[in-house]
Amino acid sequence: MNGTIVAPVRYVGRWTLGAVRSLGKAGYLTAGAVHALKNVEIWGPRLLPQLVAIGVASVPIALFIAAFTGVVLALQASYTFTGAIPMYFVGTLVGKTMILELGPVLTGLSLSGRVGASISAEIGTMRVTEQIDALETLAYDPLAYLVVPRVLAGVLMFPIIVILASAMGVVAGWGSSIVLLDMSNAEFLKGLRLFFEPWDVQFAAIKSVSFGLIVTGVGSFYGFHTKGGAAGVGIAATRSVVLASILILALDAFWAVVLL
Amino acid sequence: MSIQLKDVHKAFGTKEILRGFSLEVHEGETLSVIGASGAGKSVTLKHLVGLIQPDQGEVWVDGQNIAELEGDDLAELRRTVGYVFQFAALFDSMTIEENVAMGLRRIPDMYDEEIRARVSDCLALVDLEGVEACYPSELSGGMVKRAGLARAIATRPKYLLYDEPTTGLDPITVTIIDRLIIRMSEELGVTGIVITHDMASAYRISDRIAMLHEGRLRTVGTVAETQESTDPLLRAFIEGRPELMESAQ
Repeated sequence: MNGTIVAPVRYVGRWTLGAVRSLGKAGYLTAGAVHALKNVEIWGPRLLPQLVAIGVASVPIALFIAAFTGVVLALQASYTFTGAIPMYFVGTLVGKTMILELGPVLTGLSLSGRVGASISAEIGTMRVTEQIDALETLAYDPLAYLVVPRVLAGVLMFPIIVILASAMGVVAGWGSSIVLLDMSNAEFLKGLRLFFEPWDVQFAAIKSVSFGLIVTGVGSFYGFHTKGGAAGVGIAATRSVVLASILILALDAFWAVVLL
Repeated sequence: MSIQLKDVHKAFGTKEILRGFSLEVHEGETLSVIGASGAGKSVTLKHLVGLIQPDQGEVWVDGQNIAELEGDDLAELRRTVGYVFQFAALFDSMTIEENVAMGLRRIPDMYDEEIRARVSDCLALVDLEGVEACYPSELSGGMVKRAGLARAIATRPKYLLYDEPTTGLDPITVTIIDRLIIRMSEELGVTGIVITHDMASAYRISDRIAMLHEGRLRTVGTVAETQESTDPLLRAFIEGRPELMESAQ
């Protein structure tokens, strides 16, 4: 009887302790990475390769997802509006939804897999094979060498990728509206312009900067704290994708509450 | 005294690894540290470059207390220490040349030509000419270990720390590595600490041999003193006779 009562309490206690410990480690890593910004000579030469690996190489998958999302949005809008709402609102819905929500969030979620898992696996492998220790013994700050260029690349490149993806979604929605829904260019563009605000793009950019920070930061965190060989690397990659996805959705809601 | 560990304690969670380990390493000598797996030998080595901080006690290297160093001061000290990792820990996404050059790129005012020349010298010293463009995965185990040694000596350190440099190698490669360690000491005047399980190798390369047991220093002495020691635990280790350990406890 006693055991049945104590077990859940013990579980909650352990979970809470683990969460507090992880928060402490995350805080320590963040402070270390901010401090490492001064070591420009270490992270500077590593930035361009990371801009390419994290940013440029992610563009195709982001555009691919956005294109299909744009098509589906246009078709679903038309299906919902038929006979009740003027068809030019298809343009409004595609534009607003792609720019404000689906462009940033779908890109963020897909890149949490492509970028976040890759970062945690790469850094995690370096951790379990003592390559990070080797960096330290060679007088390199591993945070400056590994974390800073990746996080900066994420923060700089995510907004660009999101804006490109949103534009692709709108163009794909536009194209499908013309080809599949028999709408005219003028109709679609009328709807697209109707409620468009330049602020929408800024809102998407702000969100995507935070998503870039989360995806690269969480990936680096789990990579840095990887333990236990190949299995540990796998666990780190999985956890980084799961946590980054959760945080992206939570941040998405946060920005909607704070900025809209 | 070039390296000193003073009453060092270290635990990971509830597991105590070092329980008051004290050791002095004299300038220019090569000291081997032996002991059972899990005795804390590698943990000891990591204390010497600040990869691990002691829970209690002090670690002094080159007259500096490691716990009091951070940032540039710690980096400066690390430049005087070369670390040969058990599995070499070469950067697998870099060529051997890039690996060996890594430490040199942290030295101010060292230009590419000078770095390339130093890399070639170091690779020649470990008999590894011609592998500059290879990746670590393209080399054999012995070559990887030697490349790790080349990287460690590239910055011309005063101290070299070897973590099981000959484990898993064939007898010929073991002898080659042993000769390199002796050469580092004799030609470059490097102070060396070697973690090893290989007694034949320890006898060849060491000025003194220390035994770490249950987190504390058990014995330390010259090769002759070690060979003649009557300490049952040391004898058990040297002769590979666990029954002697049981009688000693």
